[in-house]
Amino acid sequence: MTAAPAAPARVRRGGPLAAAGLVAAAVLSFFPLYWMVVVASRTNDVVYRWPPAFLPGGNLGENVRRVLANQDAAILKGIANSFLVAGTITVSTVFFGALAGFAFAKLRFRGRHALLLSILLTMMVPIQLGILPLYIMMIKFGWLNDIKAVIAPFLISGFGIFLMRQYTLQAIPDELIEAGRVDGCSTWRVFWHIVLPGLRPAAGVLGLLTFMQHWNEFFWPFIVLADPGNPTVQISLHTLNSAYHQDLSQIFAGMVIATVPLIVIFILFFRQIISGIMEGALKQ
Amino acid sequence: MAAVDVKSPAVPWRVRLARLDRMGSPYLYVAPFFILFAVFGLYPLGYTGALALTDQSPLDPQTSFVGLDNFATLAGDPKFWTAVRNTLGMFVLATVPQLLLALALANWLNRALRGIGLFRIAVAIPIVTSTAVVALVFGMFFARDYGLVNWVLEGVGIGGIDWRAERYAAWVAIASMVDWRWTGYNALIYLAAMQAIPRNLYEVAEIDGASRTRQFWQITVPLLQPTIIFTVIISTIGGMQLFVEPLLFTSGAGALSGGTLGQFQTVTMYLVQTMRAYHQWGYAAAIALLLFGLIVLVSAVNFLLVRRIRGER
Repeated sequence: MTAAPAAPARVRRGGPLAAAGLVAAAVLSFFPLYWMVVVASRTNDVVYRWPPAFLPGGNLGENVRRVLANQDAAILKGIANSFLVAGTITVSTVFFGALAGFAFAKLRFRGRHALLLSILLTMMVPIQLGILPLYIMMIKFGWLNDIKAVIAPFLISGFGIFLMRQYTLQAIPDELIEAGRVDGCSTWRVFWHIVLPGLRPAAGVLGLLTFMQHWNEFFWPFIVLADPGNPTVQISLHTLNSAYHQDLSQIFAGMVIATVPLIVIFILFFRQIISGIMEGALKQ
Repeated sequence: MAAVDVKSPAVPWRVRLARLDRMGSPYLYVAPFFILFAVFGLYPLGYTGALALTDQSPLDPQTSFVGLDNFATLAGDPKFWTAVRNTLGMFVLATVPQLLLALALANWLNRALRGIGLFRIAVAIPIVTSTAVVALVFGMFFARDYGLVNWVLEGVGIGGIDWRAERYAAWVAIASMVDWRWTGYNALIYLAAMQAIPRNLYEVAEIDGASRTRQFWQITVPLLQPTIIFTVIISTIGGMQLFVEPLLFTSGAGALSGGTLGQFQTVTMYLVQTMRAYHQWGYAAAIALLLFGLIVLVSAVNFLLVRRIRGER
């Protein structure tokens, strides 16, 4: 599942228009993140600069220190929580996605077509629709402002099941599973020892996309983690932005902190991420 | 199947166990999803329907059944219709240029060019950036005083626009956030589909004397139609639920109002405001249901529109 390499013999050569367009697109893609670092590394005077500042200043360390010390935003707690939330959801989504995906791809059982179709249909239902009952449930569970509230509803995704099913179909030959059966393996052992190791590439892609999605999630944490003190990192940013006196260099330093883990992941795994997107693997 | 044999005493217990494993374990493996969905998906869905028929509020211990009153009130609620208008307006402003740009970008990314791999990486960067970060960076770009966009516009003779005060200016600013984050994503999806188009179709067109532009509109776009439908539907579902970008476009406690006059308040913002600031849960549930109706309706309309892309071949 690597990004398809350009096949030179079959592909048309790019002209100057294509080159110019691509350079412009690349610059526009980079610029906002570059700008974020510029503002994060200057003092608050940057807000009143005319023309605007385009070069980083020397204040990044100081701004980072100030945002880390900000009690209301609790950004360190936010980062720890975001790792916990996105990490737990990722492991669970990949595991249950692989398990159910394997069942749908390789096991014969009554009603499997109808069940798979119903999973696809559930992917169309937006969370906003059930937001009130979910909120009321969280109150009843005593999970308001508890990190459990932003983990539990997302532990298994229909999309993950679907992706793993597709990959199991193409990557795991039936003979391999039959051979395991003949050797006396139970269904579970077939899954654990034969199927799961073969799903590693797809598990990686699904894991990366799931982690990124939940690291960046805003809507549901905004609803259930409304009280300060126990935020995810995105909610920390919102708290910083909602302060009565807007301290932009501090907000932007917080944004840099919130973005660094994802940039690291992107640099390490851009191949898998891009191929995941190209296979329609990322849901908006 | 051979389910009858299971209880036959002639069959050794090992075989019986294996049969049970074969028949039972698939259900065990798919069950977690359905259990979780029942609790956090299906049950809330039904509950929303019931809630929408009441005047439930956390401030009032008494809840009464009000029938369709909430929907009747909504029909005459100017804030709701303003929110619908804002949501649709920003959706169109965000999606149309985004998908056209993505098509052009994909067409360029599909060329043999030095460093093409680097360009593919570059256009993927916005996707890993969180919506909150995008909204805050762009919020500063669109500052009225000392903002980068106004600085650039001043260079071409356009005076300081108050991006947050004027309805259409705010729509453009918020739409540009959505565009920045999703254009590269859509371009990569189109690129994947373009790579699957057989090269000889273009060769034949070339022999017939069709220009590059003509080839693009008459071969590439029609063959991409299923992919375009996919991206349009995904963008519709996302666009109808637009929330974070307009929320973070202003700071402070009143951010849910979407500007002083609600000039960029979306339906989802109004839903959350009704729930959290006005404490009208029954009414908010009715808004949630209408939002879902809006998603289905706009998706269907867009599906029918895009289906007409066929070219005049």
